[in-house]
Amino acid sequence: MSASQPIAGAPAAQDGRMPSGGANPTCRRAPKPCHGIARGILLFLVAGCSFHARAGAQTTPLRWGGDAEGGAPYQFQDPRDPGRIIGFEVEIADAVARILGRPAEFVQNQWDGLVPGLERGNYDMIISGLEITPDRAEVIAFSRPYYITFEQVAVRKGNESIRSLEDCTGKTVGTLKGSLAQRILEARPGIDVRSYDGQVNAYEDLMNGRLDAVLMDHIIALYNVAPQPGLKMVGRPEGRLEYGIGIRKEDTRLLAEVNRALGEMISSGELRSILERWGIWTELCGDYFLDHSPGNQRPVAFEDYLAARQASRSVWDRIRQYASYLPLLGKGAVVTLELSALAMVLAVCLGLLLALTRLHAPAALRLLCGAYIELIRGTPLLIQLFLIFYGLPHAGIRLSPMLAAILGLALNYSAYEAENYRAGIQSIPRTQMEAALALGMTRIQALRYVIVPQAVRLVIPPMTNDFIALLKDSSLVSVITMVELTKSYSQLASIHYDYLGIGLLAAAMYFLIGLPFVRLARQAERYFSPEHRAFLVGGKQRQAGE
Amino acid sequence: MAERIIEISGLKKSFHGHPVLRGIDLMVASSQLTALIGSSGCGKSTLLRCLNGLEVFDEGRIRVGSLCLEMHHGQARTAHDHRRITHELRGMVGMVFQSFNLFPHMTTFDNIARPPVIVRRVPQELARDEAMRLLEKVGLREKAGHYPDQLSGGQQQRAAIARALAMKPKVLLYDEPTSALDPGLVDEVLEVMKELDGEGITQVVVTHEMRFARDVADKIVFMSDGLVVEEGDPANIFSDPADPRTRQFLRRFL
Repeated sequence: MSASQPIAGAPAAQDGRMPSGGANPTCRRAPKPCHGIARGILLFLVAGCSFHARAGAQTTPLRWGGDAEGGAPYQFQDPRDPGRIIGFEVEIADAVARILGRPAEFVQNQWDGLVPGLERGNYDMIISGLEITPDRAEVIAFSRPYYITFEQVAVRKGNESIRSLEDCTGKTVGTLKGSLAQRILEARPGIDVRSYDGQVNAYEDLMNGRLDAVLMDHIIALYNVAPQPGLKMVGRPEGRLEYGIGIRKEDTRLLAEVNRALGEMISSGELRSILERWGIWTELCGDYFLDHSPGNQRPVAFEDYLAARQASRSVWDRIRQYASYLPLLGKGAVVTLELSALAMVLAVCLGLLLALTRLHAPAALRLLCGAYIELIRGTPLLIQLFLIFYGLPHAGIRLSPMLAAILGLALNYSAYEAENYRAGIQSIPRTQMEAALALGMTRIQALRYVIVPQAVRLVIPPMTNDFIALLKDSSLVSVITMVELTKSYSQLASIHYDYLGIGLLAAAMYFLIGLPFVRLARQAERYFSPEHRAFLVGGKQRQAGE
Repeated sequence: MAERIIEISGLKKSFHGHPVLRGIDLMVASSQLTALIGSSGCGKSTLLRCLNGLEVFDEGRIRVGSLCLEMHHGQARTAHDHRRITHELRGMVGMVFQSFNLFPHMTTFDNIARPPVIVRRVPQELARDEAMRLLEKVGLREKAGHYPDQLSGGQQQRAAIARALAMKPKVLLYDEPTSALDPGLVDEVLEVMKELDGEGITQVVVTHEMRFARDVADKIVFMSDGLVVEEGDPANIFSDPADPRTRQFLRRFL
């Protein structure tokens, strides 16, 4: 159970929640009790009602959602201490929370799912480079902008053919999905637009030649081009965009408070100071915040970031570096294991129930079971997860991420387990049922004592197979804010720009998690096999007759 | 004559419109061994399976002891009680199958000791003692811990008989108990049945072992084409069959 307490300085990544790493250590709190197999089962019974106690006193944490995978300088894991989330938005969130007299708490959420997550009540506000657009403003409310920026083209050094956006016609240009940059690019004919989920991957593809140019928000360009000797920024500023804090529409009081806090930060110069430290104060900001006084802050945070990225490392340093990822990956692996094991246990129980119903229940129930199995097998797990996590709240059922993840995986795999069991049960000769009935057993007794025990033995190998598959499918639950092994990997990879090494490390962990179960299953199989039993009773005496 | 423990009248059964039993009338006396003989497909096995509810008949009446099943046009006369009566019937009537049908995941001992605990809630201790006694009786004491697939066919069938006996049935039905056995293993099974005759249990045996039927059975019932053609004392039937069909059938064996 030690995993349920966040260790100071290490990420409490289990629940998708981390203490923000700024100046506010008091915001750390134990994550919700989602861990541990026993607790997980308990949670199942209590149906995640821990989410309802909210909106209490002002000392309740101000929870803000963001995607730490989004990268520098917004909010990202400190390259020197991956357990800490840093970034200019972390500092803004901490400042806002401090002014409101509440502790700040960072909630990790996939960027795509930030708005649904807000509506779902996973957090109170979004601070994650969320551009204020009319479309979004229809769904959620925005605070006054806390940052103004523009789009910037980046190319490989030595590429003289692209000097501005105009030169991009006929070229392949990468950008972020759903961004202003994407709209700008798509408005120009003749550009092959590739949209990415994460900024890091786009600049990697620019480096390795898959892209001719990248158009992204200037601050992203700044943080990705500066550490890369092979890249440069070209052209003039394109467009203009404002980042605002996203808040639920009905949360008007919070909106007013946040606007007041931002106003205070602007007038006191705190906001400018944060932006300067991160090296992202531009003339555009000066225009907007009506502050053209000469800067007096060195971009220490930016320099720090560059230094961390450019530090040349010896082999020994690299090994140490990889070793330092292990705790974070290990935590992810624990979540993956808990999740998979619980989901599999449920899936196996539910699957058996489904198979028996499908084979032996009255016709109407049989039909229902068949329909359920076909429906579940015929639709993608990803969509099922989205429906459970984001869809059910509309029906008044709000499950915690862990619970939703377990439920989603369990429901999905129960359909496969049901078919396994059905095949197993059907392969038991009918005469076994007859013999049991002839002894006076009821049909249920016959199933319980005679048929199912024999079927289980046949079902072990395909079940093992499914468990391994489930283990890997569990990576999908990162879309519903679970930080498991794959999510831990992609977060680490995006801050350390190392998809290969950390990827191998994560793959090895999946392999190592699965291995014991494969061995266990093989032992169970052997235990049930006739050869083993012969050994038990001391030698086979088959056909011992005349 | 002894008490009639089984009474069958007007029993009809067809499979997919093909009649298999065409109106069987039969009495079986208590504590006797009755041999059902006849060529394959004449309906002997179906008749036996109707007797313990593994097969639902279409028409007619079966009484075993005080339990009565009656069907009319495929409908149970006593519809609401049908399931209960069938269940009680199985408690009274045991069955030994041609292919033994022991439970392969249980030891021989458990095959015999567990069903009474499951079905009748017999205390574990009693069931164990009884299982050991029965294993001894069928000569399989030293095979108690073996699994069925470690036994010979004859041993398996003897264990199956012990398993049926553990439920303390009044009637024991045998559906061609030696047909799946190597010729050398037949006698050990017949020996057990012979031993049981006279211990108060009623046995009905569908068999092709004519010598056994003649020497051990108290009564022979010859069936042909879904009907009881002839029944009576073994000596009479075997030495002087009245019906030409019986004569023709027996000529092939004797």
